[in-house]
Amino acid sequence: MLTVVIIALIKVAVVLVVLLLMIAYLTWLERKLLAHFQVRLGPMRVGPHGLLQPIADGLKLLFKEDVTPSGVNKVIYTLAPILSFVPAFMVFAVIPFGDKIFLFGRSIDLVISDFNMGILYIFAVASLGVYGIVLAGWSSNNKYSLLGGLRSSAQMVSYEVSLGLSVIGVLMLSESLSLVDIVRSQDTIFNWYIFRQPLGFIIFLICAIAETNRLPFDLPEADNELVAGYYTEYSSMKFAMFYLGEYANMINASAIATTLFLGGWQGPWLPPVVWFFLKLFTFLFLFIWLRATLPRFRYDQLMRFGWGILLPLALLNIFITGIVMVW
Amino acid sequence: MFRYLNTIFAIPKGLWVTFKHLFKKTVTLRYPDVKRETPERYRGLHYLLRDENGKEKCVCCGLCALACPSGCIYMEPEENERGERYAKVYEINELRCIFCGFCEEACPVGAIFLGKEYEFSKDKREKFIYTKEDLLVPFLQNVKK
Repeated sequence: MLTVVIIALIKVAVVLVVLLLMIAYLTWLERKLLAHFQVRLGPMRVGPHGLLQPIADGLKLLFKEDVTPSGVNKVIYTLAPILSFVPAFMVFAVIPFGDKIFLFGRSIDLVISDFNMGILYIFAVASLGVYGIVLAGWSSNNKYSLLGGLRSSAQMVSYEVSLGLSVIGVLMLSESLSLVDIVRSQDTIFNWYIFRQPLGFIIFLICAIAETNRLPFDLPEADNELVAGYYTEYSSMKFAMFYLGEYANMINASAIATTLFLGGWQGPWLPPVVWFFLKLFTFLFLFIWLRATLPRFRYDQLMRFGWGILLPLALLNIFITGIVMVW
Repeated sequence: MFRYLNTIFAIPKGLWVTFKHLFKKTVTLRYPDVKRETPERYRGLHYLLRDENGKEKCVCCGLCALACPSGCIYMEPEENERGERYAKVYEINELRCIFCGFCEEACPVGAIFLGKEYEFSKDKREKFIYTKEDLLVPFLQNVKK
């Protein structure tokens, strides 16, 4: 019993550290890639090719003054960053990032917890993040924050519907809610759900980008209209927590997409963990690439697209999947 | 319907455009380390030339001050022991100067030129009034040629 707990704790610690490091270097990667997309150099000063930049940024944020503006609801104002930060890290608990490995004579699953409702757990936890954003917008006593928070909640709630529905096709085919089983059912490349559920994959991808508030859908923090959206009033570590949460969500979305549609850690020749990270980074690159390419949606376009196009398409996808399965 | 299709196909097209930019040579430079090559006719900080004997070329005729649209050149003439006119005081207010190069064009003896130096920020306004000592090229620079 004790060894099981210790193994779980070690896995949690490793995943947390790796996730935090990935977030730090994701900011570097994003700045660097965006710069090169725009024919610039990007961070070059701190360390070779700016490789120490994330550490410098982190230190800077730690030492910054923590400003609490007058008129804010202090409890909620402090709670909001935590609420958007913690769920983002909880999602990774059910994502399998590798096959079984054998260490010290016992087999260890490379997933923190394989429980049979993985997908439901992810959706439940991921939607908690909206609270952080709405509460931050509301408690900041700032009209930009409030508008950002409201936009964000409306956007995330409406895209979550299509996101949930787009996954159902995969669940129908794999006949399981456990992510480990879903990965196992994609044993050959032709069984990857990206090929068996192309429409579902596209809907999932679009909704995932909208859920993480990334660029074609970054209305909550639309810089030129809303200053910085819901976290306008935040500074220092509270700001950093929003930031970490946002990038963690980006990694989560990529990880879920990898697990559900690209066969998770499955792949030939290379070790499973490497395959997992390769696929993960493909999605992260795609996110940054899209950010460098596409302009922002208008708010009414966003809503019409979400409810008028994505939702019917997601329903159609389920319908077609059902028909093909019964056939 | 076609409108939607066009919009959808525009996305991969745009992605391809940005992807090509990823591999281009960057247009920005690492500025303080690498400096951009200035064009040949670049108009930067002024300098006053000496003749082949190392004497100042300027005869303090005042034509540059007359040509100057911003009126940033001030000079006081004096004669030396051989009766030759030279500038006792020659000042250019580099804050007023618009770097048009008219002084260079107006000069009958080819004494004043605009160089390529463009990094001369100072911490006080007074320091921008360049005197003759600041502007004259070093004594032997022309002689060697």
